[in-house]
Amino acid sequence: MVETGFVLSWIDYTIMIVYFVFVLGIGWALKRYMKDANAFLEAGRSMPAWVAGLAFISTNLGALEVMGMTGSGAKYGMLTTHFYWVGAIPAMVFLALFMMPFYYGSKARSVPEYLKLRFDEKTRGLNAILFAVMTILASGISMYALAILMEKVLGWNFHLSLVLSAAIVLGYTYLGGLSSAIYNEVLQFFIIVIGLLPIVILSLQDLGGWSGMKDQLAPIVTAKGFAADTWTTTWKYTGSATTNPLGVEWYGIAAGLGFVLSFGYWCTNFLIVQRAMSAKSSTAARNTPLIGALPKMFIPFLIIVPGIAALVLLNKPGSGFSLPEISPGHYNYDYTIIALLKQYLPAGVLGLGITALLASFMSGMAGNVSAFNTVWTYDIYQSYIRPITKDKAADDKHYLFVGRMATIFGVIVSIAAAYLASLFGNIMDFLQTIFSMINAPLFAVIFLGMFWKRTTGHAAFTGLLAGFTIALLHHGLTVPEGAATLVKGGWITNLHTYPVEMAQNFWTAIFAFSTSAIVTVVLSLLTKQKKTDEDLKGLVYILTPKVVETNVPWYQRSSTLAILVLTIGTILTIMFW
Amino acid sequence: MGIDIKFPIGLMFTILGLLLTIFGLITSGDSVLYSRSLGVNINLWSGCGMLVFGLIMLYFAWMSKKAKPS
Repeated sequence: MVETGFVLSWIDYTIMIVYFVFVLGIGWALKRYMKDANAFLEAGRSMPAWVAGLAFISTNLGALEVMGMTGSGAKYGMLTTHFYWVGAIPAMVFLALFMMPFYYGSKARSVPEYLKLRFDEKTRGLNAILFAVMTILASGISMYALAILMEKVLGWNFHLSLVLSAAIVLGYTYLGGLSSAIYNEVLQFFIIVIGLLPIVILSLQDLGGWSGMKDQLAPIVTAKGFAADTWTTTWKYTGSATTNPLGVEWYGIAAGLGFVLSFGYWCTNFLIVQRAMSAKSSTAARNTPLIGALPKMFIPFLIIVPGIAALVLLNKPGSGFSLPEISPGHYNYDYTIIALLKQYLPAGVLGLGITALLASFMSGMAGNVSAFNTVWTYDIYQSYIRPITKDKAADDKHYLFVGRMATIFGVIVSIAAAYLASLFGNIMDFLQTIFSMINAPLFAVIFLGMFWKRTTGHAAFTGLLAGFTIALLHHGLTVPEGAATLVKGGWITNLHTYPVEMAQNFWTAIFAFSTSAIVTVVLSLLTKQKKTDEDLKGLVYILTPKVVETNVPWYQRSSTLAILVLTIGTILTIMFW
Repeated sequence: MGIDIKFPIGLMFTILGLLLTIFGLITSGDSVLYSRSLGVNINLWSGCGMLVFGLIMLYFAWMSKKAKPS
């Protein structure tokens, strides 16, 4: 077992403390603005586009993501950028231009509430409950991962780390609600960029720059049985599943990742969409995903490139670089970023790097908790337990109180989920697989609802259930090669073996989406539309007046930003083809 | 809502930048400490970068406060 621990010095701890003083200070400063549920749960719809935009991508830049993607950089090379370019940019542009006008313009306060306005109560209820359970468990998983990391890397006590991080997250989300979560995500974005930049620069300098790294990669990659430049290209070797390490062909990537998974994630996940819904105007709400997309395209250089460098270092005698092994010859790539921090950073910037990782863990939790309390308060409590009364002042106070209690409750359940994860690691793997099955059918239903006015409530509800069932069945009937446990699939029987787990995930999503879409279309034609055109105004594309952007300067228009984003995305794709 | 986030961001990076710059100056020439970072005084460089970033943010925070006094 390779030693993964660090010894931090006083300067590292000082940096960490300064950061957390600011995190809690922001919550404290926001406390006096939290007068009602709207301020607490929706940030009073007051965020400037750049703040909401950075929070938008920061939510997705959690520590598990950073650690996982750096590891993927080592495992798959630049092919990992598919998760950032084709797997995010088109969906973000689509959300901005075609979906935000309905989410924001309908005055819905959450994605489940949009479903209620567009379809019916049962569709909202199904989505709200699934979402509430899912976010709270996700928050528990990241809490568990954080405590494990602190135990292994910093030598801190597992239980103490868990309680301390939960206390910090609770502290600032209880005080400042969604605003606090969003502001801290912006802070986290900058600290993660600045904290990881030294690793990128030093690792590339060590290996003689991009071209030096490429030369040293060639023998390593050919030894694995791939073409020499496989790790530094993106689409070149996707003609067949066997010539690239992802094990997926170009159409699997384009349809699975580029369409179903990414549109499902970016366009319907309330955790993400909530950031754009907090924007101060409908123009700002549309621009939020576009402003987020600009830095998003460059994040691969920050977290994937060091991962590729790590693969070279791992195979370079005398580099002193190593990763913990799961079994002989099989490395635990999740530790890539930690090992790189250890390899290159001296006391000082090391504290900054560790703070960046801790920051992203905590803001991940805070994001989940702040999405959970909104859905709980509006879509569950206000709908089924205590509806709005005539006394607005009393209601404001009451729902603010409920939102705050939901925050405390959310954190406590997250801690419980973290302990559950520490007892049954496999159950958590399985839950994460299940979560990934919820988004694809949801996207099919919301997409049809927004663009086809005939879509009915009964059809949407059944479509969601059918898509989810097919996803489960597909997972139960197929296996990724070399799967050791039933958690990876095949728990009914094995009808098909995929070369890698990634391929199985893509096809699960594709099947779920298609089934959900077909069921929803067929049932919509067979059932009666209960909503009139007047009901659906502002919720369906064809019945809503087009957005006119004449009073906005040309450089702030969504169309201008969208063209800019797509142009840069295309250039990057061609450069690394 | 309420506060201008540019101000805390600017202030935090100015403080952290100063901290790292001073630490970098004190430890400059410490070849044992900087053997990991290939002999580069990475603390000094990062510190200066953060200080500049922090001050730019503070400048913008100050400008928007001047434009819109509350």
